[in-house]
Amino acid sequence: MHIDIDKEACIGAGQCALAAPGVFTQDDDGFSALLPGREDGDGDPMVREAARACPVAAITVSETVS
Amino acid sequence: MTETEPVAFPQDRTCPYHPPTGYEPLRAARPLSRIALFDGRPAWLVTGHDTARALLADPRLSTDRTRDGFPAPTARFAAIKNRRTALLGVDDPEHRVQRRMMVPSFTLRRATELRPRIQRIVDDRIDAMIAQGPPAELVSAFALPVPSTVICALLGVPYTDHDFFEGQSRRLLRGPAAADVMDARDQLEEYFDELIDRKQKQPEPGDGVLDELVHRQLRDGELTREELIALAIILLVAGHETTANMISLGTYTLLQHPDRLAELRADPALIPNAVEELMRMLSIADGLLRMALEDIEVAGTTIRAGEGVVFSTSVVNRDEDVYADPDSLDWHRPARHHIAFGFGIHQCLGQNLARAELEIALRTLFDRLPTLRLAAPADEIPFKPGDTIQGMLELPVTW
Repeated sequence: MHIDIDKEACIGAGQCALAAPGVFTQDDDGFSALLPGREDGDGDPMVREAARACPVAAITVSETVS
Repeated sequence: MTETEPVAFPQDRTCPYHPPTGYEPLRAARPLSRIALFDGRPAWLVTGHDTARALLADPRLSTDRTRDGFPAPTARFAAIKNRRTALLGVDDPEHRVQRRMMVPSFTLRRATELRPRIQRIVDDRIDAMIAQGPPAELVSAFALPVPSTVICALLGVPYTDHDFFEGQSRRLLRGPAAADVMDARDQLEEYFDELIDRKQKQPEPGDGVLDELVHRQLRDGELTREELIALAIILLVAGHETTANMISLGTYTLLQHPDRLAELRADPALIPNAVEELMRMLSIADGLLRMALEDIEVAGTTIRAGEGVVFSTSVVNRDEDVYADPDSLDWHRPARHHIAFGFGIHQCLGQNLARAELEIALRTLFDRLPTLRLAAPADEIPFKPGDTIQGMLELPVTW
């Protein structure tokens, strides 16, 4: 799974970190960030929920072909 | 959508936790209806969940209330629509600068760090209620002072001034006359002007959000004094009024649903989702306002440039295509995607703080006062009219 965060669009609502705390966090400026080692979503089913919860559609999730 | 007479919006609720019965035709006509505002002016009302999410995230809708033709839900709103409103009253790119300045103070992590402090504030209030009661009037003894104390601590506003700013916030949101709203706004501006003066004279900044803004952004010219005052007003007002209403109306709603309350007590792990479900069900800020800047094609209709667009959170959050059996409380449903905090770039800045306060306040209240009950017949307890943030005017309780 590939997760892309558009930091220009991010408004720091924290919905991603709330929905999928095992994958997303907020950096010191409050913007969405991926937790170290979880950049691939770690198979967490809540990643798509987090993308849907984002109020500004800043998170894009795509399946990577392995 | 059929051609029918526009429905009056907003209307008073008949039950404090359900949308007004007068909105039934709107619920049936999702996702979009025509409404008549208080002055008879027409506007669009968005009532469908997917349509609301799409439009609230659409940059062709403006939130700048100083624009000609911006919809006004009340005479009070119309009276101060030309006054500077930070965050919620400005579009990007100006909004983006303000929002980015505020975000670090309102992250999920920051809210989590504040939890022990919130817990102490909640416990102190319950200690005081136990020392003085039963009975108690829960709005003044608990629902209002808890968020008011929390936002004061976070912003760096002296809580000793709470009678003043709570009173002015009440006038700002409920008037009664347009003159009250203008005067309340003047008084709050004057209050923050003086508070900023005092903070500027302190050699070392305090640890509040306003201290930081005064000693950095204001000093460095990133913010003007007028902008800082407007920011302080919206942070203070939005920071205590909304949460206070959720606590009072949330408590009333739980007491009216004893089975759901028992379920929550038996399994406190349900509390975070219960807070989301209460946010969805109660939708206390009902009527988010925008104006179309361009023609927008939506749901087979064209919203024309210059037309007012209002979002009924109470109707959107009960869209039965998204929420099965939407009028019932269900702690197990996925309630997360409600729009009670709004959606798009203006989604509530303080939502993570609000969640923390609601979880702690409701859990602790029912933990420490397990026999809490209404001290008056439920249908005689007064609640707020439909033209302001929804909540209880009073909540007499005993235990």
